[in-house]
Amino acid sequence: MAWLELSDVTVALGGRDVISGVSCQVEAGQLVVIVGPNGAGKTTLLRAIAGLVTPRAGTARVMGLDPAAAARRRIARDLAYLPQHYDLAFPFIVEEVVLLGRYASQRGLGLATDADVEAARAAMRACDVEALATRRFDELSGGEARRVIIAQALCQGAKCLLLDEPTAGLDPAHARSVFAMLRAQCDAGSAAVIVTHDLDLALRYGGAMWLVANGRLASTGAPSRVLVDPATRDAFGLPIHVGALPNGEPFAVPT
Amino acid sequence: MSGFISARGRRLTPKRMLAVLAICVLVFAIVCFIAPLFGVAYDRSGRHFELLGPSAFTTDGEAHTILWVRIPRVLAAMVVGGALAGAGCALQALLRNPLADPFTLGISSGSSLAAVVAIRLGIEGALGDNGVGIAALVGAMGTLLLVSRLAQIGKQLPPATLVLAGVTVSMWCSAASVLIQYTSDFSEVSHMLRWMMGSLDSIRLDPVRYISPWILAGLVVLCAYGRELNALAAGPEAAASVGVSVARTQLVVFGLASLLVGAAIALAGPIGFIGLIVPHTLRALLGPDHRVLLPASILGGAILLVVCDTIARTIVAPAQLPTGAVTAVLGGPLFVAILIRQKQRAAMWGR
Repeated sequence: MAWLELSDVTVALGGRDVISGVSCQVEAGQLVVIVGPNGAGKTTLLRAIAGLVTPRAGTARVMGLDPAAAARRRIARDLAYLPQHYDLAFPFIVEEVVLLGRYASQRGLGLATDADVEAARAAMRACDVEALATRRFDELSGGEARRVIIAQALCQGAKCLLLDEPTAGLDPAHARSVFAMLRAQCDAGSAAVIVTHDLDLALRYGGAMWLVANGRLASTGAPSRVLVDPATRDAFGLPIHVGALPNGEPFAVPT
Repeated sequence: MSGFISARGRRLTPKRMLAVLAICVLVFAIVCFIAPLFGVAYDRSGRHFELLGPSAFTTDGEAHTILWVRIPRVLAAMVVGGALAGAGCALQALLRNPLADPFTLGISSGSSLAAVVAIRLGIEGALGDNGVGIAALVGAMGTLLLVSRLAQIGKQLPPATLVLAGVTVSMWCSAASVLIQYTSDFSEVSHMLRWMMGSLDSIRLDPVRYISPWILAGLVVLCAYGRELNALAAGPEAAASVGVSVARTQLVVFGLASLLVGAAIALAGPIGFIGLIVPHTLRALLGPDHRVLLPASILGGAILLVVCDTIARTIVAPAQLPTGAVTAVLGGPLFVAILIRQKQRAAMWGR
């Protein structure tokens, strides 16, 4: 059984089909990167997989469950979703924001247990925000806040991670370490679907790449192949050059 | 940013939670014990404040009688203050809007309109002494249903439409109240105005006895939603993705808050400002965690209203001030002081 699955899914927002007829699957251990121009439907595709929008047609499955109908608490145990924008109304401190990710596994008042605190520490360490633990979330820089939210998603302990532009606003070193960390998570048995505009990191760390254009999957396969597909050039209006550095590592750059 | 001011939060440990609540309960107990003992006495030297001895609680006599005249009023102030502050705190978190309170959501205006209609139609004769209160409760429920129906999109209650619907309904109800007052005779109008000012001076023990258990039960359930409200601080979608059942939380919290406000207004009339200043003040002192902020707001609201009502009934005795006005006059400056302090911090961060 595929962990995540869309079958012929069409999602309409405001009367317009934002994605139409999309079918796709994600298996255990897979790291899928979604690329595509602005407004192509990448975020809607991710929200459909997470069950945060109900499809007009077609079915979504998370570990065999319909994520738009099942209890959110049940879905949250298997699936964590990082939204593109995260606006916190109250100034919680970083540690509390990360611990919000433990909601689905807590009972009662949800005062953090030792296990919760340990999970939060591990997630903060993985995202290099441990030093910020007692800072106010609303006083962090954009990139720091982004890493804290990635830590929240990790701390949830779900096997499937859906991340909408996790590295937007991150400096190159942190962006790379986030992708490396997600790659390691997938190698250890998780699955991740990542929307990104960083084609170079997508090439280096992605196991599979989906190109979304005009609400459809225009090209899928290995990143090195999708990036040089004519469909990718047409979608972005720019050819993408894939090459190798002197040390043999691949790189991608728009030309 | 969000428009909320708040102290820096700390991770809530059982110890910290217990400490904060213990302090609140202690202050609450002291205030509620002293309030009925405090009053105004008259003798040959004139008018002066007087504190009865605690023995008045147990020993029969004049003091005992006086005490029992005041007790229903103190009890009413406790439950009304607690209900209004608790509901305000929950609504602000649910709607992520610092201005959310029973007034901005139209609940108060709706129940005021129902009370005004009841007075105009002379319903007190038909329904007995509590007729206006019952009408106010019905009005609050009707407004709640109307506002939530207007605001609902799909299964969810989006904050923006809810506030918009609330303000619209509130304006309409206020205008309708004015029209009815304009066509009423003088004694009816004075009755209406007295009611709309919000006061506890004519409270009797019976309605307090019937309504209080329901208010207490509602507040306990509301407190159980602290964790959901924390998660909702990041918006409905972020809350749903960590596992919160958003539609159910919105329904329960909004419904409960409205019922609490309706019950409070039925007892005391529309007492404003408590639902705004108590949660905002405590958030500035304690931080934003609703698992402790909600119960603290409830106790804080009870304390503030008991204090304000004690002032309202003693300061110009034998005349009385409307409790709602005292609350606003005293609470406003306190709130402004906290706002200024927090603004200085916020300015450093360009917000």
